[in-house]
Amino acid sequence: MTGYFLIKLALASVVFFGVLNLAGLHTWVERKQSALMQDRIGANRASILGLRLFGIFHPLADAVKMFTKEDFIPAGADRFLHTLAPFVSIFFALAAFAGIPFGDRLAVGGQMIELQVAKIDVALLYIFAMLSLGIYGVILAGFASRSNYAMLGSLRACAQMLSYEIVLGVSIIGVVMVFGTLDLQEMVRAQGKYFLGVVPLWGVVLQPAAFFIFLTAALAETKRVPFDLPEGESEIVGYFVEYSGMKFGMFFMTDFIETVMVACLATTLFFGGWQVPYLRPEGFFFPWGAHLAVSQLTYVLLGVGAFMLKVIVFCWLFMTIRWTLPRFRYDQLMHLGWGILFPISLANVLVTGLVLACFGNAN
Amino acid sequence: MTEQSLETRDMLLNVGPAHPAMHGIVRIITRLEAEVIREADVEIGYLHRGFEKMSEEVPFNGVIPYTDRLNYVSPLINNMGYCMAVEKLLGLTVPERCHYIRVLMSEISRVCDHLTCIGATAMELGAFTVFLYMIKAREFLWELVEEVTGARLTISYCRVGGVKADLPGDFAGRAQEAIRQTREVLKEVDKLLTRNRIFVDRMKATGKITQEEAVSYGITGPFLRSTGVSFDVRKAQPYAIYDRLKFEVPLGVHGDNLDRYYVRMEEMEQAMRMVEQCLAQMPPGPVGVSPETGEPIPAAEMVDKAKRGEIHSIAGRAAVTDPTLEGSGQSAHPAIGAAEKRVFLPPKEDTYGNIEGLMQHFKLVMFGHGIRPPKGEVYFPVEGANGELGFYVVSDGSDKAYRVRVRPPCFTIMAALPRLLQGDMMADVVPTFGSVNMIGGELDR
Repeated sequence: MTGYFLIKLALASVVFFGVLNLAGLHTWVERKQSALMQDRIGANRASILGLRLFGIFHPLADAVKMFTKEDFIPAGADRFLHTLAPFVSIFFALAAFAGIPFGDRLAVGGQMIELQVAKIDVALLYIFAMLSLGIYGVILAGFASRSNYAMLGSLRACAQMLSYEIVLGVSIIGVVMVFGTLDLQEMVRAQGKYFLGVVPLWGVVLQPAAFFIFLTAALAETKRVPFDLPEGESEIVGYFVEYSGMKFGMFFMTDFIETVMVACLATTLFFGGWQVPYLRPEGFFFPWGAHLAVSQLTYVLLGVGAFMLKVIVFCWLFMTIRWTLPRFRYDQLMHLGWGILFPISLANVLVTGLVLACFGNAN
Repeated sequence: MTEQSLETRDMLLNVGPAHPAMHGIVRIITRLEAEVIREADVEIGYLHRGFEKMSEEVPFNGVIPYTDRLNYVSPLINNMGYCMAVEKLLGLTVPERCHYIRVLMSEISRVCDHLTCIGATAMELGAFTVFLYMIKAREFLWELVEEVTGARLTISYCRVGGVKADLPGDFAGRAQEAIRQTREVLKEVDKLLTRNRIFVDRMKATGKITQEEAVSYGITGPFLRSTGVSFDVRKAQPYAIYDRLKFEVPLGVHGDNLDRYYVRMEEMEQAMRMVEQCLAQMPPGPVGVSPETGEPIPAAEMVDKAKRGEIHSIAGRAAVTDPTLEGSGQSAHPAIGAAEKRVFLPPKEDTYGNIEGLMQHFKLVMFGHGIRPPKGEVYFPVEGANGELGFYVVSDGSDKAYRVRVRPPCFTIMAALPRLLQGDMMADVVPTFGSVNMIGGELDR
């Protein structure tokens, strides 16, 4: 029993610190990436003992800054809720990661460890529940700040995130139908098959329409450009306008963590999670007949690496989208969500259902 | 079933004066019903500096630095407008080359202004990258401006009767290069915005104004032209050398934000064409050391030679003066300043070299002397980046203006702003206000 707890603790801390560091580094990569796109140099001033390393210490400097800033609560604000909001936001964003499988089973000392913090057979529902609860942070922030701007921001956030949550949910019903499970680990395993032995049957191959809807809705869930209406920094400054110091930092981090989360989900549902093309537990089996044996540890590590790589690619994709597009308007956003994406995702579910009914389980 | 009525209240939202979308400082008090603006009240005057009153307190040339601070994104046009108003009062004509330089610099400024306007609007819509591209392009042009005027923002380049200094020797080549680079950036921006569905949806049918309304508010410039009224001071009342340049006045149809974007984008291209035409047509004039004058020699050597009677060896040669001494190379002045002793300072060689030059200099700079236009009043409009920029100058015959009045182009547009915002959504404040291109310095004077 102690061993079990230790393993879980180790897994949880790996994921926790992994995600936090990824989110921290994400801020730096984002700055560099945007600088690259905008013909600038980007953050490169922070240094430790004269060591700059292209400004990689900026997240650290930011953290120090955030922690040492004055924590300001506006007069008339609800002090308790105002303080609670950022914690709610970041807690649920982080807690959702427990459901993400980031590798296949690892054999350590005769024990098979699932590389997933919490082995939940309805992990998908769990993650969605956590993400939905995270909205409370945003809502509370707006309502407890006693500021019209924050209020507008959180109203927008409410409407946007609730609407897109539904689209998001419907869009993945197709995936769930195809794989016939809500367990993400099983879903990833199910993606280890090949069409004609060549094309990996990843979610994106089976459910392309769902993938694009998911990507759009998920982008909206992260509240970033072009869906950054709750923030809309040049319009209403955002639901966190009355926050300073690390409380603001938490909201800021939540956005990045959610981006990573969405990238993880997209990877898991549509891009084979930790699956490496042509890699089976016994080794590589290439379609042209070549075979390369790998040890169990290498196999698992390759899987974890592949997962990380896919997540990073998605994060990068979101970044480039963010720095390319302008922002939607509220009514346009609602129209896109309810008028376009929602019907398409419903149609997708219908078509998937029909195909499955006619041709039996595709797998 | 009992009927329950829910009490709803409109929200009063103060946008500004310190708000990221309010360039400069302005305050819009909006009454919101959910996100729809029911009423808007614009409060201006945060940047009032008393430009018009100050202009009555300083000599005519002393006003020029103040005009820099009117529309600080395109100060060269303000300089030009003011100087041309005073010149009209004096009834003097400036040399051809000076006209060309002024027009060239104003068109460069117009491009800068439109770049800033569109860039800022795009940034506030969330397209931050476009803003930085635009600023990069503006940088190419500002480098040109800096090279010519010695400053980037407060350039004070024009003088009554001329301009401060001639263009640098290799200006044409650099200007062409800067224009080429700017065109590249504009092409890039065009790709990013013009067919971008989100951008078009945001701009279309927001901040709409009809032709009649625009005219009745007295709106001019790109804002008026976006409604389809073809009024451009450069065409309607050509000043300087605009009648010699070929250019088109782009017109919109709907009078919404999108049309204003199109009009501004096209105007930039037209302005750059005008710059090219100016460069091609510019009449020659001495730039730097003219070939007839020999190598400049140190002043002390010149004096020694003159004492020894070696007059021929120094004939036609200039003395090397202290580089800080303005005018050490001012043989160029005849080409860019009016040959009018009442207004334009003589070259420093004349000031130091002969009594007429010295007198002319002191008559212009001494307290109580200076430029003295005859009694009268003039109004002179130029096409500013935002519309008709007019200077109304009244002279009582003294060395200071009796009254200076500016007709700032964005003032009338700001008057129409509450009307423009009404019925739109809160998020539309940003593109509408952006396309108004309010410049605090000009608006509040």
